[in-house]
Amino acid sequence: MNELIQLNLSSLTGRKYWRSLNQLADTPEFRQWVEREFPEGASELLDSGSRRTLLKLMAAGFGLAGLTACRRPVEKILPLSKGVEGYVHGRPLHYATAVEACGVATGLVVECNDGRPTKVEGNPRHPYSLGATNAFQQAMILDLYDPDRARQVQKQGVKSSWADFEAWWLEQNTKLGDGSGLRILSPRSTSPTLDALKAEIAKKYPQSVWVEYEPVSFDRVLEGARLAFGQPLQPHYRFDQADVIVALDCDFLGLDTLSAQPVRQFASRRRPEEGRELNRLYAVEANFTVTGAMADHRLRARASDIAAFALALARELNVTGAELNIVNQPAARERKFLAAVAKDLLAHRGRSLVVAGPRQPAEVHALVAVINQALGNTGQTVSYTRPPYQPSDSLAAVQKLAEDLAAGRVSTLFVLGGNPVFTLPATADWAPLFRKTTAVVLAADENETWKAAAWQLPEAHPFESWGDVRALDGTASIRQPQIQPLYGGRSALEIAALIAGRTERRGHDLVRSFWAAQWGAGAETKWKKALYEGVIEGTALPPVDAKADAPRVFAAVQAALKPAPPGVEAVFYPSWHAFDGRFANNAWLHETPDPMTKLVWDNAALLSPATARRLGVKDGDVLEITSGGRQARCPALVLPGHADDSISLQLGFGRSACGRVGRSVGHRVEGLRAASNFWFGPAEVRNTGATYRLVTTQEHHTLVEPITGLKRHNIVEEFTLGEYRHRAEHGKHEPHPATDLFPEFDYSKGYQWAMAIDLSACIGCNACMVACTAENNIPVVGKDQVSKGREMHWIRLDRYFSGEEDDPQAVMQPMACVQCEKAPCESVCPVAATAHSPEGINEMAYNRCVGTRYCLNNCPYKVRRFNFLNWNKDVPEIRKMVFNPDVTVRMRGVMEKCNYCVQRIEEKRSQAKAEGRRPIRDGEIVTACQQACPADAIVFGNINDPESRVSKLKRQARDYSVLEELNTRPRTSYLARVRNPNPELV
Amino acid sequence: MLEAVLSKLGLPGYEPEAARQKFYGVIADFDTPEDLLRAIRTARAAGYTRMEAFSPFPIHGADEALGAPRSPLGRIVIVFALLGLAAAVLLQWWTGAVDYKLIIAGKPLFALEPSVPIMFELAVLLSAFAAVLGMFHLNRIPTYYHPFFNYSRHPGASNDRFLLAIEAQDPKFQPEEAVRFLESCGSRHTEVVEA
Amino acid sequence: MADLALDPRMELNPPLVRGGMTYTDVTAKISSIVEGKPPKQWYIAMAFAVPLALLLFACLGYLVATGIGVWGNNSPVGWGWDITNFVWWIGIGHAGTLISAILFLFRQKWRTSINRAAEAMTLFAVACAAIYPLFHTGRPWRAAYWLFPLPNELLHMWQNFRSPLMWDVFAVSTYGTVSALFWFVGLIPDLATLRDRATTPLRKTIYGLLSLGWRGSATQWRHYELAYLLLAGLSTPLVLSVHSIVSFDFATSLLPGWHTTIFPPYFVAGAVFSGFAMVVTLMTLARWIYGLENLITMKHLENMCKVMLATGMIVGFAYGTEFFIAWYSANQYERFIFLNRAFGPYWWAYWSMIACNVIAPQFFWFRKFRTSIPAMFILSIFINIGMWFERFVIIATSLHRDFLPSSWGYFKPTWVDIGTYAGTFGLFLTLFLLFLRYLPAIAISEVKGVLHQQVSAGHAAHGGSH
Repeated sequence: MNELIQLNLSSLTGRKYWRSLNQLADTPEFRQWVEREFPEGASELLDSGSRRTLLKLMAAGFGLAGLTACRRPVEKILPLSKGVEGYVHGRPLHYATAVEACGVATGLVVECNDGRPTKVEGNPRHPYSLGATNAFQQAMILDLYDPDRARQVQKQGVKSSWADFEAWWLEQNTKLGDGSGLRILSPRSTSPTLDALKAEIAKKYPQSVWVEYEPVSFDRVLEGARLAFGQPLQPHYRFDQADVIVALDCDFLGLDTLSAQPVRQFASRRRPEEGRELNRLYAVEANFTVTGAMADHRLRARASDIAAFALALARELNVTGAELNIVNQPAARERKFLAAVAKDLLAHRGRSLVVAGPRQPAEVHALVAVINQALGNTGQTVSYTRPPYQPSDSLAAVQKLAEDLAAGRVSTLFVLGGNPVFTLPATADWAPLFRKTTAVVLAADENETWKAAAWQLPEAHPFESWGDVRALDGTASIRQPQIQPLYGGRSALEIAALIAGRTERRGHDLVRSFWAAQWGAGAETKWKKALYEGVIEGTALPPVDAKADAPRVFAAVQAALKPAPPGVEAVFYPSWHAFDGRFANNAWLHETPDPMTKLVWDNAALLSPATARRLGVKDGDVLEITSGGRQARCPALVLPGHADDSISLQLGFGRSACGRVGRSVGHRVEGLRAASNFWFGPAEVRNTGATYRLVTTQEHHTLVEPITGLKRHNIVEEFTLGEYRHRAEHGKHEPHPATDLFPEFDYSKGYQWAMAIDLSACIGCNACMVACTAENNIPVVGKDQVSKGREMHWIRLDRYFSGEEDDPQAVMQPMACVQCEKAPCESVCPVAATAHSPEGINEMAYNRCVGTRYCLNNCPYKVRRFNFLNWNKDVPEIRKMVFNPDVTVRMRGVMEKCNYCVQRIEEKRSQAKAEGRRPIRDGEIVTACQQACPADAIVFGNINDPESRVSKLKRQARDYSVLEELNTRPRTSYLARVRNPNPELV
Repeated sequence: MLEAVLSKLGLPGYEPEAARQKFYGVIADFDTPEDLLRAIRTARAAGYTRMEAFSPFPIHGADEALGAPRSPLGRIVIVFALLGLAAAVLLQWWTGAVDYKLIIAGKPLFALEPSVPIMFELAVLLSAFAAVLGMFHLNRIPTYYHPFFNYSRHPGASNDRFLLAIEAQDPKFQPEEAVRFLESCGSRHTEVVEA
Repeated sequence: MADLALDPRMELNPPLVRGGMTYTDVTAKISSIVEGKPPKQWYIAMAFAVPLALLLFACLGYLVATGIGVWGNNSPVGWGWDITNFVWWIGIGHAGTLISAILFLFRQKWRTSINRAAEAMTLFAVACAAIYPLFHTGRPWRAAYWLFPLPNELLHMWQNFRSPLMWDVFAVSTYGTVSALFWFVGLIPDLATLRDRATTPLRKTIYGLLSLGWRGSATQWRHYELAYLLLAGLSTPLVLSVHSIVSFDFATSLLPGWHTTIFPPYFVAGAVFSGFAMVVTLMTLARWIYGLENLITMKHLENMCKVMLATGMIVGFAYGTEFFIAWYSANQYERFIFLNRAFGPYWWAYWSMIACNVIAPQFFWFRKFRTSIPAMFILSIFINIGMWFERFVIIATSLHRDFLPSSWGYFKPTWVDIGTYAGTFGLFLTLFLLFLRYLPAIAISEVKGVLHQQVSAGHAAHGGSH
């Protein structure tokens, strides 16, 4: 493959290359061979989740992938920083683009090597990325090269073509008349171009219905706003302006926000050195989320009790109109908490913020709006704009759709993306309903919906297709493709254009003509600028001066709020692995452990230790959960700090029709989900007695030793703000001078690379792990091997609980190789395969390593990873396309570990050299983990430069080295976690 | 034909006719080590100087009786021990501090402390070889031909017999006389052995 | 000689060669083992050993083809059964040289009838041990070449001589070589005996070539004895150094439970302990197979039981010291690792070790057990098991829970682990049985030497020598 790529590049145009490969592709033997590669149903042979699956998974699609590997977009797209003219073979190009999920858009920059996108990075110009990404955006690149993607237009499973489909549609749409039989079901979209097309379709088919549905949606937030302000409004929080934050069942640092912005804003207020007062976070939640882990005070409450709590809070704050009978009285502990929170909020009028999670009903959101208004936060820490898309009550709409389908009122159903058959509420049995009509399904992979379709159309990956999106604040971006569709897929936009009867059907033309119309004069330059910057200036929506109608809200609350029934509730959350199922076939995400449970390759029913004791359940016991008259099975996992009588279930698992990575990985809980208990509802739980093997990368070890009961020091340091201030006054404590047998090595010259990781800022969101996986070609090993302790992540997130089991605190610690100056691993390697660079990096010579694993044994941080087997064996060509060409792919029997992204260092070094041998500027080199970090918790740089950011951080009072007493002199030091507890609650 | 080649090479037993000894000597056969020792002492008294004793196990005092010098093996071994020591130091210093410098755990490129084990091991290795090969050399083994084997009862020497040879080089050597003398010492079987 | 002849011990002690054997008897008896057809027991033993040896090669083949992932090793337990078995086999290999060298220097004549077999055992044990460091990399072709300071074309790099593994390479290879030399030098006179007794031309040629034309002349004996003495003198510090250096693999690391200065003496004692246990196991077997009661007497076996008792006590004392130091050091990690050994997930391994290594040898306080073949056979096997557990406890339990609780783990062996270990027994037994079959298992000339002293001592008793 590679020399073919080079061939392509060396030739001036791709044409010659194309022709040659076409010939190859056209030979019948080759065709046969491709067929042989993935016979129908071969995947049944594979046990899900195992590493074999993973190696086999992309055995598909070798040939085609190879063919398309080096296809360049036909349309002109512009790189962010370097011009195409200046393209140098081997130098990556960066293109701005944008993606959206659940109606939340983020701007990205994609790195392309030799015409293939290899790495996703945040777009610093985009208000919701700020240069950072989350784990999912990092992992999208793998989905692009997933050979299990839908690759062939099919009619009832029979090979067909786009031409056939268009022909079919041309005669079909004549039968539609006013479109009363036409339904279009699509995911939430913020695309202005698509909005325009929707309008056209509505005009063409007045009776047609376009339903937007997301299994994880923010509808209730907007509904709450409608209740409070009379119109659906999108709240915008300024976490960086808030001194006191109260999160009601709101994981705003984790999965309840899909952009880096809130994290960046929040983290900016957790650094005591930066002058501004440390903010204080109160979390009230059922599940133990990363937000709860960051909270200074956390109250465990069932999701169904949040409303009552919000109301109680409103009353505690004497919000006018809140004098109404409180449903079920809060417990003593809760009252104490309430009082303290209220006092704190009142003390910070206009500088506080109350937020509620998307799971909570509209009333709670309305209530929160009223509270924020009462506290004078509106306009200060929270503002409102019109939402970037047309809000609608999806649940009602899909209910209606079900009825229409059942009644046979639907002749044609377009499904433009997503996987509704899997994700739609279980109120109906969707697959048969879809079969009752002519379902035209545009799907990224051959999912459950695809199986139920009459026409099956492969959808283009966001990195393959043109489009446009609007961020929450309305900021628009153009989504430009990085590569031609690998499998000839098309985007929802293009299908919509077809439905609308447009003549121009190429995504590029659609988007461009739409914006040309918007811009009028100077469209050409604006277009180029938009592509170049990744954001379109002046598209942000103006804030709406909204006044909440408190009496109406309280009336509504009064009416809606029923005393939450006692007993167990089941709550649905998106998962860190598959999110809502859209990443179910993404091996990187499956292997990246859940931040709190450290679970991999599965989902589980999370419950509190107390509830587990009461139900007589232990880890791995399969539970039968009954809710809303429906049943689902899911293995239990006890999570310290989880609310009692609440069961947290993650969506997106147990996919029956899916690629080979995700098929029947985990357990499907969507089956419990109906409109009534869409997010949570009462449930019965029964222990089936069956057990299931759950694999975690980290046992529930706290820092407290099992036998002695002693707490381990020098690993994670935590201070309260008071302790920190005291320490800051008395200066940083210096390590005890260690006496050495040998003289010190001189590291005083040249660049000396080092890293500082801020535990106060780190929220443990996994973005760094996935970014590192993508950057350093880290293999995935699968559930079985992880269970043997053979995961390969160069950076991992250690999660430690502290305090009592029922209500502990948690702290996250990113742990990669700390690059010890006196590295224990180096002195024991018999063949000197690991040695120090003069710039202080502990480097591995892969082709020298013989694999004694002595270095692993002698590493006190256990950050070295060994290739116990050949993880990269029979990785097919298409999967290889995601590899970073700057990083070696390691063979079996070789030790590997973090090296501070040495390839990035060298890249900048050569760049600096090319630019007149100037010194490398501070902040110029950004490691993959640092780049992805939404909290900006990781800082890398040169400690020989006293002015570098990292040097400054290391001079701070809370800087410390892990296991300092071993005198390994780590180059990576940590900034202690500072908590800001409310004196009244400690 | 072969004979001719071997004689050209002058291998033991195949020396050219002129150089060849007619006799190796006379070999006598005794029952016990004590008898053998007594015979040696008597023969020495009788003025025989070139003698050799053969026995299934070392007989303490035999070599003194035969007036053999001390074995030089010890000195050879010492030399090689020192060689091994030096080689180890050179190896570790040159590879680490001269030929290919690597920063390992911030430690000096060469230091004596970590070098000690290999110094010791190499010293032992070389001296062991010196001891064995030195012994081979001094004993002239391997030598697969020796006139001693022409003695009809030579296998006894590796079983339970104790043999004494008066060699032809002995200035006082007279075959008949030697035979008579040894029989007088109580030899069970005395034989003139061809060279 | 005279001093030895008049040495009162010689007559107070029971004779080392019994049954009034003459020199010829000794020659005949020992040579007959080699010359005659092997007894039924030999074939039974071979039928057991050879398939096991084949299993070893099967497992190693699978390992090399697939990677060491077929073993149970993981992170944090980077070394599992592989290095455990390596250290165990090396330990076994210590008794041979110890008996031949140290007991020789101390003029312990009782060594003569067992030293040859013990030396052979050493060689075969070292061979089995060497398999592990070579194959535990999964890519032996690399290890084999790059672990020796040979110029290599790939990177033109040299080894890191600060690494204890490098010291190991030198120590173990030196030990193997010197033991082989020592063994062969000892064999030369006996090979000459076999040569002289040989009836078939084939035997005559082979033994003739091997015996290097040995004549047993006084001159040869003179250099020979000095060479033997020097080898003994060299092997004595060597045998002590080998397990000290093996223990450096652990002692020089910074892992709690490994990082202890007590290791060298502790390991050497353990090695002698397990080595003698293995010698007893094998000798009692050889005695049974070939009926060597008159040569391997109860006195030999009892002495070995005493050595086991002594070294067992040393090892037990070391276990205690470790715990005391862990407590005394007031180092949290040290304290935890030792408590974790005894009460953590691997408690069963720890207590098996204590039972086998500390409790079992106590029976040797009683003459009844020291002189009962079945008793010492069973106890010696217990000790071998115990010493295996000692190495496993040191390696696995120290690794599985070290500094950061986040990366604690557990080690489980796979069938390949077990197969490889069982296989090394097959290899070991096969080699040993072949040795019994084709080489004099007892040092003929040395026994005669001892016999001669007995005889002359006898004379001395009856009114002195002439």
